[in-house]
Amino acid sequence: MGKILMKGNEAIGEAAIRAGCLNYFAYPITPQSEVAEYLSRRMPEVGGVFLQAESEIAVGNMLFGAAGCGARVFTTSSSPGISLMSEAISYISSAQLPVVFVNIVRGGPGLGGILPSQADYFQATKGGGHGDYRLLVMAPASVQEAVEMVMKAFPLAEKYRNPVMILGDGLIGQMMEPVEFPEHLRSEPSNKDDWATNGMDTRKSSKPNLVKSLFLNAELLEEHNLVLKAKYDRMKQEEVRYESYNMDTDYQALIVSFGTMSRVCRTVIDNLKAQGFETAMIRPQTLFPFPEGPIKQAALKESCKVVITLELNMGQMVEDVERSVQGNRPVHWYGKAGGDVPTPEEVIEVIKSFF
Amino acid sequence: MAKTFKKPEALSDQPTHYCPGCTHGIIHRLVAEVIDELGIRGRTVGISPVGCAVLAYNYFTFDFQEAAHGRAPAVATGIKRVRPDLIVFTYQGDGDLASIGMGEIIHAANRGEKFTTIFVNNTVYGMTGGQMAPTTLQGQRTTTSPAGRNVEEVGMPVKMAELISALETPAYITRQAVLKPKYVVRAKKAIKKAFQYQLEGRCFSLVELVSTCPTNWGLTPVESITWAEENMLPYFKLGEYKTPDEVEED
Ligand SMILES: Cc1ncc(C[n+]2csc(CCOP(=O)(O)OP(=O)(O)O)c2C)c(N)n1
Ligand code: SF4
Ligand SMILES: [Mg+2]
Repeated sequence: MGKILMKGNEAIGEAAIRAGCLNYFAYPITPQSEVAEYLSRRMPEVGGVFLQAESEIAVGNMLFGAAGCGARVFTTSSSPGISLMSEAISYISSAQLPVVFVNIVRGGPGLGGILPSQADYFQATKGGGHGDYRLLVMAPASVQEAVEMVMKAFPLAEKYRNPVMILGDGLIGQMMEPVEFPEHLRSEPSNKDDWATNGMDTRKSSKPNLVKSLFLNAELLEEHNLVLKAKYDRMKQEEVRYESYNMDTDYQALIVSFGTMSRVCRTVIDNLKAQGFETAMIRPQTLFPFPEGPIKQAALKESCKVVITLELNMGQMVEDVERSVQGNRPVHWYGKAGGDVPTPEEVIEVIKSFF
Repeated sequence: MAKTFKKPEALSDQPTHYCPGCTHGIIHRLVAEVIDELGIRGRTVGISPVGCAVLAYNYFTFDFQEAAHGRAPAVATGIKRVRPDLIVFTYQGDGDLASIGMGEIIHAANRGEKFTTIFVNNTVYGMTGGQMAPTTLQGQRTTTSPAGRNVEEVGMPVKMAELISALETPAYITRQAVLKPKYVVRAKKAIKKAFQYQLEGRCFSLVELVSTCPTNWGLTPVESITWAEENMLPYFKLGEYKTPDEVEED
C-alpha cells in the first residue's frame, strides 16, 4: 500500500484499526474530536465497537471493563479529558490491564487553550493519578510516526499488561501529512485467559478470574507494588527509544527536544550548521522510559559545552534531562506554553545566548 | 427428609466479612441462586463496588471485576459492549450508585446498556462508618448528620427507582426489600426477571433492595428490620416501576 495524505487525528484512528484494535470509547474534546468522528464511521464498517460516553470519567472506566474482559481497547482525548481519566488510569495500572491512551495535548492549566502544547509531560510520565504507577509514554514527531507508535502501542501494552500513552499535540493531530500503514505492525491480541474476566466457559475453565486493585494486607500490597516496579524496570531495560541528529559532528550544544518542538530544532541545527556552528539533538521517542544513558553520553562529548532542553511548556522534561546529565554539563531550558511554537530564528537566538 | 439448605454453586465456601444481621449476605445468596437456576455461571461477570461489598468476589464462584467508587456501570458498559454474550451485573450500595456514581448509572440506564444492577439501599455509607448518604431519611441521624438529616440543607433523600423510571429508554426498574421472608421471595423473583431480560438481550435492569445496616444504625438486626419497615418502606415504596413489556404496549 502506498502513501496517502491524511490528517493526524484520522490517521491515529485508522492506525488503531490497522493494528487490530476494534474497540473505541471516547468523549469529544478539541483538538482531537476528529478521531471520534472518523471512528464513528469506520468502526461500524469493520464490525468494531464505537461508543461516545457521557464523560471522560466514564470512558476510563469503560476501558477498564473492556480491557478487563480481554478486549483490545483504546481512547483518544486531550489534556482536561486525560485529567478526568486519571482515576481510571490508576486503577487500570494497578489491575495490570493493557489499554492505549492517546493524548493530543492542548495548552493548560485549566481549560488553557486549544493550540499545541507539551504541558502534560509531568502528567504522562510522573503520574496524574494516585499511587506508584508508570505509563509507557511515546511521543511522535510526525503523523507517520504517530501511526507507527499507535500500532506498536497495542502489543507493548499487552507485553507489559500496562497502559501505554501516546503523547502528541494539537499540531500532530491537525496536520495533514502523507502516511503509510505498515502491514507488519498489525498484531493479533494476545491470549488473556490467565487473568481476563472473559467468562469461565470462554476459556473452558472452572477457575474464576478476578480483575482488582485492592490489597488490604500490607505484605500483599508491597508484593503487588514490587511486581509493578519490576515491569517498569524492565521497560527501562528494553523499551527506551530515541532518535539522534547530527551527532557525528563536534557539536558545541546538545539539544534535547521531543514531538512537534523537535521538528523546529532540526531546522535550527541545519541553519546553524550552514553558519558553521555545530549543534546536535537527542529526541526521546519514549518519554518513559527516558533515554537517560544516551543523553548523558552525548552530553559528555568533549566538544559539547551545554545541554539545552526545548519544550512547549514551562520546563518539565528539563528535570529529566538534568537527572540524566548528572551535573556534568550546564543544562538550560527554553520553552513556550501559550500555544505558539517558537520559530527557528527565535531558538537560534536562545542557543546563541548561552555562549 | 428432603435437604432444605443447599449452598448454591455460584456461592463460594468462604465465610463473609459482613456484620451479623447485615442484608448483603441475603442478597448475595439470591443472586447466586438465580445464576444457578439460569445456568449462566460460566458466562457471568460481576462488578463489585466500593463499599461494604467491595470483596463480594470472594463469595462468588465466577469472574469478577472490582470497580472504582461509583463507576461500576461504566465498567459494566465496557464489558457488555465488547462481549455482548457475557451476562454482566453490577452490585452497588447507595453511596456508590446514588452519590459519586450518579452520572454513570443514569447514563448507562439511559443508553439501555444490557446489564443488570443490584442496588443495595441501606441509607448510609456502611463501609466508611455510617456517614450520610443521598438516601438517608429525613431526620435520620448519621455520623455526618448528628442532628438528623436536615432537608433544608441537603434536600430530600433520592429515590433512585423513581428517578431512573423517568427515563424513556426501555428498562426493568423495580424496588423490593430483603427484610422478611415474604419480601425476600419477591426480591428473588425480581432479580431473576432482571437477569432473564438481560439473557433475552432486552434491556437495562435495576433492582433496588431496601436493606439494613444494623452496625451503623446502632440497632440489633431485629430492631433494624422493624426500623426499615416503619421508616424506609413508607418513603421507598416497593413495586415494579417499569417493565419492558409496558413500554412495548405504549
Ligand atoms: C473516590 C473515593 N472516594 C471515597 C472513598 C471512600 N469510600 C469507601 S466506601 C464509601 C461509601 C460506600 O457506601 P455505600 O455505597 O452506601 O455502600 P455500603 O458500604 O453502605 O454497602 C466511601 C465514601 C473511596 N473509596 N473512593
Ligand atoms: S457496616 Fe453495615 S452494610 Fe457494612 S457489613 Fe456491617 S451491617 Fe452490613
Ligand atoms: Mg450504603
